[in-house]
Amino acid sequence: MKETKKVYWKGLEQLTNNIEFVKNADKEFPDHLPINEDDDQGPSRRDFLKMMGFGIAAASLVACETPIRKAIPYVKKPIDVDPAVPNYYATSYHVGNDYNSLIVKTREGRPIKVEGNSFASMNGGGTTAQAQASVLSLYDKERLATPRIGGEKATWSDLDDKLSAELSRANKITVVSYSVFSPSTEAALDQFKAKFNNVEHVMYDPISSHGELAANEASFGKRALASFDYSKAKTIVSIGADILGNHHSHALNSKQFAQTRKLGKGKKEMSRLYSFESNLSLTGANADYRTRIKPSEEGLYVANLYNLIAGKVGAAKVNVGAVADKEKLTKAAGDLLHSKGRSIVVSGSNDKNVQLLVNAINNLLGNYNQTIDINKSVNLRKGDDAQMNRLVGSLKNKSAGAVIFFNCNPVYDHKDGAAIGQSIAGIKTTVATNDRMDETSSLVKYNAPDHHYLESWNDFEPIKGVFSFSQPTISNIFDTRQAQESFLKWSGNFSSYYDFLQERWKSNNAVSKFPNFQAFFDNCLFEGHFEEEVASEGLVYNDTISSVSIRGAKSNGLELVISESSTLGAGFQGNNPWLHEMSDPITKACWDNYVTVSAQWADDNNIELGHMTTQLADLTVNGTTVKLPVIVQPGQAEGTIGINLGYGRTKAGKVGNDVGINAYPFIQSVNGANQQFVSDVTLKVTGEPYKVAVTQTAETYSGRSFVIQESVLKNYVEDPYAGRHQVEITDAAGNKKSPNAVTLWQGHSYNNHHWGMAIDLNSCTGCGSCTIACQVENNIPVVGKKEILNGRSMAWLRIDRYYSYDEESVTEDTGFIDALKIKEKAAANPEVVFQPMMCQQCNNAPCETVCPVAATTHSSEGLNQMTYNRCIGTRYCANNCPYKVRRFNWFKFHDNEQFDKNTAMNNDLGKMVLNPDVTVRARGVMEKCSFCVQRIQAGKLEAKKESRRPVDGEIVSACASSCPSEALVFGDMNDPQSRISKLLDIKKEEKRVEAQEPRAFHALEELRVMPNVWYMTKIRNKDEESKKEHQA
Amino acid sequence: MNEKKTSIMTKVKFTRLTFLLLFTLFAVNNPLFAQAPDGDAAAALPAGLSADPAVIAKGKEIFTGNCTSCHAVHEKVIGPALFGVWDRAPSREWIYNFVKNSTKVIKSGDPYAVKLYNEYKKTQMTSFQNYGPAEVDAVLSYINSVKPPEPPTTISTTDGGGTGTSTQADGGYTTAILTILIIVLVLILIVLGLMVNVLTKFLQDKEDLAEEDKEVVNQKSDLGKFFTSNGVIGIFIFIIVALSMKAGIDGLFTVGVQQNYQPRQPIAFSHEIHAGQYEIDCNYCHTGVRKAKSANIPSANICMNCHSAIKTESPEIAKIYKAIDFDPETGEYGENTKPIEWVRIHNLPDLAYFNHSQHVEVAKLECETCHGEIKEMEVVYQYAPLTMGWCINCHRETDVNTKGNGYYTKLVQLHKESKGGKTPMKVEDIGGLECSKCHY
Repeated sequence: MKETKKVYWKGLEQLTNNIEFVKNADKEFPDHLPINEDDDQGPSRRDFLKMMGFGIAAASLVACETPIRKAIPYVKKPIDVDPAVPNYYATSYHVGNDYNSLIVKTREGRPIKVEGNSFASMNGGGTTAQAQASVLSLYDKERLATPRIGGEKATWSDLDDKLSAELSRANKITVVSYSVFSPSTEAALDQFKAKFNNVEHVMYDPISSHGELAANEASFGKRALASFDYSKAKTIVSIGADILGNHHSHALNSKQFAQTRKLGKGKKEMSRLYSFESNLSLTGANADYRTRIKPSEEGLYVANLYNLIAGKVGAAKVNVGAVADKEKLTKAAGDLLHSKGRSIVVSGSNDKNVQLLVNAINNLLGNYNQTIDINKSVNLRKGDDAQMNRLVGSLKNKSAGAVIFFNCNPVYDHKDGAAIGQSIAGIKTTVATNDRMDETSSLVKYNAPDHHYLESWNDFEPIKGVFSFSQPTISNIFDTRQAQESFLKWSGNFSSYYDFLQERWKSNNAVSKFPNFQAFFDNCLFEGHFEEEVASEGLVYNDTISSVSIRGAKSNGLELVISESSTLGAGFQGNNPWLHEMSDPITKACWDNYVTVSAQWADDNNIELGHMTTQLADLTVNGTTVKLPVIVQPGQAEGTIGINLGYGRTKAGKVGNDVGINAYPFIQSVNGANQQFVSDVTLKVTGEPYKVAVTQTAETYSGRSFVIQESVLKNYVEDPYAGRHQVEITDAAGNKKSPNAVTLWQGHSYNNHHWGMAIDLNSCTGCGSCTIACQVENNIPVVGKKEILNGRSMAWLRIDRYYSYDEESVTEDTGFIDALKIKEKAAANPEVVFQPMMCQQCNNAPCETVCPVAATTHSSEGLNQMTYNRCIGTRYCANNCPYKVRRFNWFKFHDNEQFDKNTAMNNDLGKMVLNPDVTVRARGVMEKCSFCVQRIQAGKLEAKKESRRPVDGEIVSACASSCPSEALVFGDMNDPQSRISKLLDIKKEEKRVEAQEPRAFHALEELRVMPNVWYMTKIRNKDEESKKEHQA
Repeated sequence: MNEKKTSIMTKVKFTRLTFLLLFTLFAVNNPLFAQAPDGDAAAALPAGLSADPAVIAKGKEIFTGNCTSCHAVHEKVIGPALFGVWDRAPSREWIYNFVKNSTKVIKSGDPYAVKLYNEYKKTQMTSFQNYGPAEVDAVLSYINSVKPPEPPTTISTTDGGGTGTSTQADGGYTTAILTILIIVLVLILIVLGLMVNVLTKFLQDKEDLAEEDKEVVNQKSDLGKFFTSNGVIGIFIFIIVALSMKAGIDGLFTVGVQQNYQPRQPIAFSHEIHAGQYEIDCNYCHTGVRKAKSANIPSANICMNCHSAIKTESPEIAKIYKAIDFDPETGEYGENTKPIEWVRIHNLPDLAYFNHSQHVEVAKLECETCHGEIKEMEVVYQYAPLTMGWCINCHRETDVNTKGNGYYTKLVQLHKESKGGKTPMKVEDIGGLECSKCHY
């Protein structure tokens, strides 16, 4: 056994022992009473009368008869809909240019939850947080309810008549959209192009991949993105690409990457991830070696990496300056050369030259047709920045003709949005199919609102030869029409889009393998997925390295890095409160965007930090100044600051409006490509205090250690117990024993089921998909920024993010100042670990013993049950919970105007998303993770009806089923064949279970609360422990 | 304590013994009963039909599940009475085809089918694609096994009668003993009173009594003083307060309990007629009862399965027509539908999760267990209190229906091992009282 002596900290407040943080640390609940916070006065006579009036009314109400309740059945019940029986449909999530293949759960004809489609190879069963949250966007009251002409309500026939006339008169029509990767949509647009003369289709992406597309066109003659298979890679080098956080198809990337990180009895090797980046991203946080670079240095690093490899394999080098820190780059090059054909180099740069070099590196390493496939191209990004820039020009000089915005919002999410917005008014015919009156569509003449994806028919080809389908899971809520059908109608084709789509598929070769077309189509809809053989073409690589020129000019000014938000994405679902309240995986902040700065910069600029308090600063980019709060972010590269996209919507709806600042206008066009960083910006602290809602620092373990246990691969291979903190206690006779051997508790015997969960800290990337899945499944309210600031977040499942440094580097002999310096250095680029934390379902639960009314009790299946209707709200349980996972309902969050941002509970339409099998909790009761007991009960009942035991994998909690990397495994530990039993190597004893897997540990094991949740040690693929590496 | 136990034990043993005796008697008798009709039926069994109880049971299941809404065995309902159909129909083949797809047979111009169609108000029979000759024969076998109804006087001599009277006698016996006991006790009381009276008189007549004894003999009980004593008043007050508190608390417990709640429904639907008289299976209308949490109030289209042809003139049925926008004259449906707003009788609070399929499909409980004699209810009322105490009590007392259910095999075995196989496995034993079984 070899313990790593590391100090874990959640934020700089904790590391520096900030006074406010320390003051709040042991207070789970704020001191002041939550009511009448804005009121300084105490209860008035008026209040007294109100209370008395209410009292009398309530008393007389009780005396009355119970109100009559109605039961209203269907008039004609649809054959396949049974009340209270869920139906599942395969479909595809498609909002903006986000994509995910899904299974949708519907109840009484309304979608309430999505799951990943395990049939689909393009994301392998996982979902993104945005896809999970998208069901609520369906029930958004602020979607357009009817078509509109000039902002006034209109009918479809009226709109079609007037618009068709105008379109036929236009001498040019421009259709603007995000990347379209639906073959039938493209065919519908083709019909449109055929009907009218001079139609141009312009595609752009808010987060552009223009450089990569252009590079691939030069290297392979194909303007397409290559598909990467991270599961085959031994060495991955990412230079500025957040492959796990928000790179296209990151759900699939996470799954593949996690496969290479799983360790066990038979598998003692794992991949190694190098990351060179400016902002601390999910990829950097999961990297084994992370190097902080400035964004302007990306090209330089790629070129140097190329030279290092070219030097070894004997290829021509490129002319480029040296990089400051070559150590990690040399190491990476060495590893890449060791794993030729089993490595991946990826860059997030939108510069064609950089991407050409990346292609050259991958070519030298022989990665094509091994880990990278250019034939199976990824179609998710097709946008052409240059074409879009031309469009902006023609909009300005009014030569664009009629403009149709096909589900895109360039006024918000294009760098030239303001210019586009100004020129729309001067164009005669403007149309938008957007779902709401957003920044773009509120300016156009004709609004032809599209269905939500859950109301639509569609097909997609996200990867060449891999198709997925969309089918409606609810009939359209509003008087909307599918945009594709609108295009068909305007082209004079009056068939429905459904017929059109079917007609197109009738000619597919695969139909012949089925008895008839209907059988083929039914199968496609059932699986939601269809794969075609893609003829593999020989790899033709054109070496264009000689033409590459890398801009090595390094500015000394501050560089701003603009990146996609990990919660809101590009901002497509700007009015979704779940995504707003989801805390950022790295900063743990929500309901805001902010500028991230390094600790050094904060020091130099005298930023005073407090508990969730910071200061505002003026950010000036090319003459535009905005006011933003500053967050000190460990791991931020010196000389850089970061900002998230997706915020600053002005017309998204009441939830998303005016949250944060829109960073899209800061994007710059360099050589015709959108560059997501800006050099020479200024950031000036104004000194105005500001509060940023951060979720994590609200809970602490009060100095108890060993919540996280970790080691490095080398040590793990030698000793599988590496990094484990194995608690021993000394009994009265002086013998050392495991705490399990000494106990006052009786223990439980579980005859039927014993539910448990195993969480692999090694494969959890921290993406947060599980937190939203939990929120949707369990009707968890959104509390808003103010209450998060009060420490009253309601999330049942949170992901704790820890930074760490090695304690051994600070000894008693180290002076105070030196110790601070060491800590500071550690904070500059710390190691990161993510830990999903939910109710641990303790067998010796501390909460159960303190409840005065037995509202929280233990079940015969190992669950710690929470009975809301019994709870009287003493909060003793939460105080006694060592994991701080219990949540108290300070307010009535439903039907309460004060929480109008909690749209899932505060309007009739939003309420349709609630899970009918889970109680909406009342004010004054405690709640917490139930291990999705409603799913357990439903699964058991299904098994009983079929006279069998439940099959492993049939009953899965919402978090585990949404996890793209399969880090969470849920199951019955009484079933020796279950995945969890095998993973943890469960040994059953009389009244307890033991996990024999060396990596498995309980958080805070020394408390001996015997959780039913096991964590598995984090193993980093480093050569040495971090301390030694620092010295080296 | 121990004595009590042994006495209970002996009682238990005694009852078991009686049961055992009764059972053996029955077992001996039964074959005699069973054989007689068997022989009868074999003699008159139409070709292809079976007297095998398994086949008849299967037939009964299919018949009650699918046919009873329109057909009865000996009575004309929507469709013809089915007894003797094997003789009336042109051929057995014809019956198979007609069941499989009646429309096809009618359209083919088959004269018998067309005649039937016209005779029964042009109502089409539902097609049962899944039922082949085997199933149809099973149904016919069942129909054949059903005896025509006889005048009620003869019904009393069915095999259930024996046990019925024996329990009645049992009840009467106890009452008789108790009555005799009371009479004897009262007699003893009277005799004792008389004796006291006689003895007092005798002592009063005696002259040579000691002073103290005289006092005792002449003592007169002062009732007034007794009743005004502090102790008695205290006890009285205590009893009154305790009783009123009990009544108050009991009253509070009934808040929200709607037992016997019998609201008037928008349509005077009678369960007595549908479930009682016509014996329509509950599952026919309450489609979710075996597969879902809610049993479902039937949708109007289920009513129309029969009422498109039956009682078309009734004003109550007219309400259904209005809801589903059906024109009985033309037989056509319109678009202008309006759902029927029934008044909900069983209002379980939202915080309690109850699943019908768990109780009906898995536990095989009868609907009547919780809903009472629904077959006799003209207007349905809430039979059970639906309180948590009522639920819990049932979970304490009810044995888990583990028969043939693979889910429980291991549990039963473990239960036997731990309890020595003596007590049956109750719902309570497998966590049936735990909070999160119903509250989540």
